[in-house]
Amino acid sequence: MAKANVKRKVVIYRDWCKQCGICSTFCPTGCIVKEEDGYPFPRYIEKCIGCRLCELRCPEFAITVEEWEKSK
Amino acid sequence: MTTPNRIILDKYLRHNKKFPHIWCPGCGIGIVLAALLRAIDRTGWTKDEIVLVSGIGCSSRAPVYVDFNTLHTAHGRALPFATGIKAARPPLKVIVFTGDGDCAAIGGNHLIHACRRNIDITTVVVNNYIYGMTGGQQSPTTPEGMKATTATRGVIDQPFHIAELAASAGATFAARSTTYHAKELESFILKGLEHKGFSLVEAISQAPVCFGRRNGMGDPVEMVKREKELAIPISKTAGMTFEEKKDKIVTGIIEEREAQEWTDLYAGVKKTAGEE
Repeated sequence: MAKANVKRKVVIYRDWCKQCGICSTFCPTGCIVKEEDGYPFPRYIEKCIGCRLCELRCPEFAITVEEWEKSK
Repeated sequence: MTTPNRIILDKYLRHNKKFPHIWCPGCGIGIVLAALLRAIDRTGWTKDEIVLVSGIGCSSRAPVYVDFNTLHTAHGRALPFATGIKAARPPLKVIVFTGDGDCAAIGGNHLIHACRRNIDITTVVVNNYIYGMTGGQQSPTTPEGMKATTATRGVIDQPFHIAELAASAGATFAARSTTYHAKELESFILKGLEHKGFSLVEAISQAPVCFGRRNGMGDPVEMVKREKELAIPISKTAGMTFEEKKDKIVTGIIEEREAQEWTDLYAGVKKTAGEE
């Protein structure tokens, strides 16, 4: 499934995040990293493959992965 | 494509409740609840026809946060209340969200009798091996040798395996998964919801503060990694002895069969008695 023209955004809702570190540890491509303040941040968003594992494993309902087609 | 979390949360959470929720940082109950919400979203049922029943405990806080018909009942008595609802209003979809202490200890008898009746209820058991809310006492599923506040030198009792217990008590669907396998857990819950008859899905979860900290398992991340290492699919356990399987988490569908459902039989009884 070629997804070259798909754009993605990982939204992390900081008010609900409890900094458990599950999303950044289990991100298969290393897109999400743990910042110095302890909160996760999608620093390397270009690496995101849209697997949604961060969203599925977030115990706090704090992550949403948005996907949309890039307009040419 | 999977529905984004945002849409599911908008639809199913009670927005007047205080968030973030009360569970400890990294606790797996949130993962199980999210899996349940996504599974419910995939069934296409409306919110009005779903009843979520729970007892007492950490996991039983879940109905407070979700916008279905919800019932927060006495300790261990979620299944009797759910049975009553199902008997009175068979078209309702009754789901029980419970924990290991609630379901296997004080509600153990209720569990096996609900299984025996094969009444159309879906039970999601969050098994985190401990009584979390009351401060980490030993539960019937705490593995041998693990420490708890009421077993400071290590547990000497053998643990229950809830899914196998339910299957042998007569449940027609029993499955087990972990919070690491969140996607698989969601598919098992979906199968349980669509199954006609009593279905039980046991979700092995991490309790980082009450269980992990006391047993030197480190942070929630280490505990989820441990689940990944210990999990073994049921298809690979064919030639294994009990001793070999004891320390593993056997995941997969343990029981799936068709049998007469209780509310149908009860409707038949009512008919012969001339009530309807």
